[in-house]
Amino acid sequence: MYKFYETSFKSQTPTLKEKLQNLSFSYIMFILLLASIGILMLYSAANGNWKPWALNQGLRFGLGFAVMIAFALTDIRIFMRYAYSFYFVALILLIVVEVTGHIGMGAQRWINLGFMKLQPSELMKIALVLALARYFHSTPLQTIESIKGLIVPGMMVLFPAFLVMTQPDLGTALMLVFTAGAMFFVVGVQLWKFGVVILTAIICMPIAWHFLHDYQKNRVLTFLNPERDPLGAGYHIIQSKIALGSGGVFGKGFLNGTQSHLNFLPEKHTDFIFTMLSEEFGLIGASFIIILNFLIIAYSYSFALKSSSYFGKLVAIGLATNFFFYVFINTAMVLGLIPVVGIPLPLISYGGTVILSVMAGFGIILSVYINRNINIGKD
Amino acid sequence: MNRDNDKGKVLISRSLILGVGKLVLLLVIIARLYYLQVYQADKYKMLADENRISTRLLVPPRGIIYDRHMKELATNRQNFQASIVAEQTTNVQETLDAFKKIMPLSEAEEEKIKKDLRKNRSFVPIKIKDNLTWEEVAKIQLNAPDLPGIMIDEGLLRYYPLGEKAAPVVGYVSSVSDNDKKDDPLLEIPGFKIGKAGIEKLFEHPLRGKGGHLKLEVNAYGRVMKEIERNDGVSGEKIELSIDSRLQEKAYDLFGEESGAAILMNANSGEILAFVSTPAYDPNVMTQGISQKEWSELNNNERHPLVNKALSGQYSPGSTFKMVVALAALEAGVITPQTRSFCAGKMMLGNHTFHCWKGFGHGYINVVQALEHSCDIFFYETAQKVGINKIAEMARRFGLGDKINIGLENEKSGLIPDTDWKIRRFGEPWQQGESLISGIGQGYVLATPIQLATMTARIANGGYEVVPTFKKASEQNVTELKKIDIAPAYLDLVKQGMYDVVNSQGGTAYAHRIDFNGQKMSGKTGTTQVRRITMKERQSGVLRQEDLPWHLRNHALFVGYAPHDNPKYAIAVLVEHGRGGSVAADLAGKLLLQALKLDASEQPVE
Repeated sequence: MYKFYETSFKSQTPTLKEKLQNLSFSYIMFILLLASIGILMLYSAANGNWKPWALNQGLRFGLGFAVMIAFALTDIRIFMRYAYSFYFVALILLIVVEVTGHIGMGAQRWINLGFMKLQPSELMKIALVLALARYFHSTPLQTIESIKGLIVPGMMVLFPAFLVMTQPDLGTALMLVFTAGAMFFVVGVQLWKFGVVILTAIICMPIAWHFLHDYQKNRVLTFLNPERDPLGAGYHIIQSKIALGSGGVFGKGFLNGTQSHLNFLPEKHTDFIFTMLSEEFGLIGASFIIILNFLIIAYSYSFALKSSSYFGKLVAIGLATNFFFYVFINTAMVLGLIPVVGIPLPLISYGGTVILSVMAGFGIILSVYINRNINIGKD
Repeated sequence: MNRDNDKGKVLISRSLILGVGKLVLLLVIIARLYYLQVYQADKYKMLADENRISTRLLVPPRGIIYDRHMKELATNRQNFQASIVAEQTTNVQETLDAFKKIMPLSEAEEEKIKKDLRKNRSFVPIKIKDNLTWEEVAKIQLNAPDLPGIMIDEGLLRYYPLGEKAAPVVGYVSSVSDNDKKDDPLLEIPGFKIGKAGIEKLFEHPLRGKGGHLKLEVNAYGRVMKEIERNDGVSGEKIELSIDSRLQEKAYDLFGEESGAAILMNANSGEILAFVSTPAYDPNVMTQGISQKEWSELNNNERHPLVNKALSGQYSPGSTFKMVVALAALEAGVITPQTRSFCAGKMMLGNHTFHCWKGFGHGYINVVQALEHSCDIFFYETAQKVGINKIAEMARRFGLGDKINIGLENEKSGLIPDTDWKIRRFGEPWQQGESLISGIGQGYVLATPIQLATMTARIANGGYEVVPTFKKASEQNVTELKKIDIAPAYLDLVKQGMYDVVNSQGGTAYAHRIDFNGQKMSGKTGTTQVRRITMKERQSGVLRQEDLPWHLRNHALFVGYAPHDNPKYAIAVLVEHGRGGSVAADLAGKLLLQALKLDASEQPVE
């Protein structure tokens, strides 16, 4: 079990006052700005109404903001201590939805908490980062570089990824695998091993294809050729590109997107909100969002580099990478660069669990920064 | 410890590589945005507009056709139509049932409505019934609370107040067929109608006007959000015809059950005041869509209601051709006003016997008397003397043998034979006997009623080349027209003969003379056989016309003008199988009298 080295930490542990002073103002401003834009876009998506989405989103963001601050003020060692427990809770919840999903009708990805619907797969994104960070924190480099050392973390990734995929939620499963993969990469797993995995994946693809649901196959086929079925599966991506392209450099103006407001653009409040934003604010608005997201990632990186603990560094980079994959997969998908996989744009798309999990992630990243001077010893 | 150091270093260097990778991927996103939003922006802007803008053509109101006194001959009537909008009623069947209580619907109609409802989106109005009367509209509106989703639409429907009476002139409009030239996007509109006959066809373009358009913003489901642009187009031009609908109606009514054609025109200006072909079709029925059965009934009717007999009917002019023969002979000098022939009722040429219509003969008569009594023997002899070529040449001067080119469809050119024509047509030389029967307007000679009216007008106006027209003319002076090369004295002689036909006690149309304040009619009767009278029948007594089946009876013709002293109106009447020329003369007299009376009533009181 994990041991505290109380004496050596005393001086490094910041007081509450120090913690509050250390909350990165710029970082929080970026997040607030992004969330505000998101709420305005939801206001536009409802044709200039606060209901049904914008107001709700604001409330959830408020809750998420509170969670972020609370997590930011939490000692980094607490996250490390409960990393595995948290991981197992998330895993059990995933199994629960898997079982109830089979009993209920079709795909069920959430547990109803009454005031909100909890998606265990969102919890798992954070839990996995924390658990892997704790595992690699306490594992020597030789073990990491050995095949044997990859068995445990490999299982930690593949098991939840498999559960999420059978929900079926290919997008989230891929995000778990990618985020974990990025963490494997930064901790020093040799490149040839990635080569082997990628090669195996390519070889297995025809077999995997067989196991894909029809709608997933359709999405891939449609991605390869959207004109294949312009009124059916290809409709979303064709209309998305029309909306984006017709926005031009400066956009059609707030509330003036024709594709979105005349309902040619589907899912404009969730997965395709970036399209609506690009239609109304053009290349300038869309680039601004990308840059804002990049700044959040870049700041997270700088927090990671300033942390004196391996766990802290790895957690911050893992969570930033998770955030990055949200942004990249969502935008690449609405731009027609990758198949439609159903990943929202964090803080902009409508959806409660994503806000909470992303804000919790930012809280942990802030905690890494605030507790940067705490040096955590090996297990 | 060393390895721990390495572990930290690896983490940092690999993290930086990962960070650079992320930056690159985000730049790819921005590059893609640039590609779509700058490089391909125009293409997608166009596609977005195609999505949201729906352009609808606006049909311009068709030009009204008026008669010379601005009475409507073709107009646009409001057409009320009841439609149902499915999304505006909770229960379509209940609404339809409620509607049926007010106005019965046949099972087929109800089936069609339900089929249309299934095929269309719920906000599209579906036609239930059209051509609603005012009463029916009022009934529906009164019951509106029980009829949720029912609405009344207004459209325009072409309406012809005179119906079949003016159909040969005005024509009709009907749906665009595959053979029509699609030179205007308006023609692509379902239900759009274009002129198919008569003035409606001749002046199709000015009457049609120019289509406007309406640009609407629609959403993804096709619902109209707002109007973006509207261009009402240009309404069709109104057209004023020379027709006087009172005379047009009168002429049609005078035919009664008879079939035939009549043209009443101004002998000086050429304006046609009445242009009748009977029986005719009802253009209102044609416009609303005619069933296959109705169409084939019209087509197979032995009286040919679809044929415009005034323009397309070619008939032997019979005795109405005798003026031309007389003029040709006088000009050629083969007869003089004093030349007399002896009519014994028949004459021989070679082995053939040629009969006069009057079995006992007319005795010694001159040209004026020959016209008055319509003596055939005189004109056999005269024709024989003058020869066919001179007759033909004279006939052409008076407008026979060639199309008038009045503009309406299926105009026929008639036929004025001459020796060259005979060679060309049959490869045989002209026979003298053929000249004889041509002299009484039979044989190869054919003319349309409009040609006969033209001929008569040119005689009446003193030899001016008047051309009939449907266009209302401002006062036209006859002297502006080209003069026909004919000696006035010969014309006067012929006109004297025509005067005597009607006004002299022995004249063939004496019974039909008119006298309105001293204004009298002149004219010439004609009767043309449509069957050959055999030698045997002549011996046993020619059958009376009344005893013959309709289609074997003689055609009756009359050409004339009035007033005799200062001719204003020229007329040609043809009554198909009308037995004898006096039937036509009676009709012509009554119509001319009506025209004179109308003139008098319109004279300003001094």
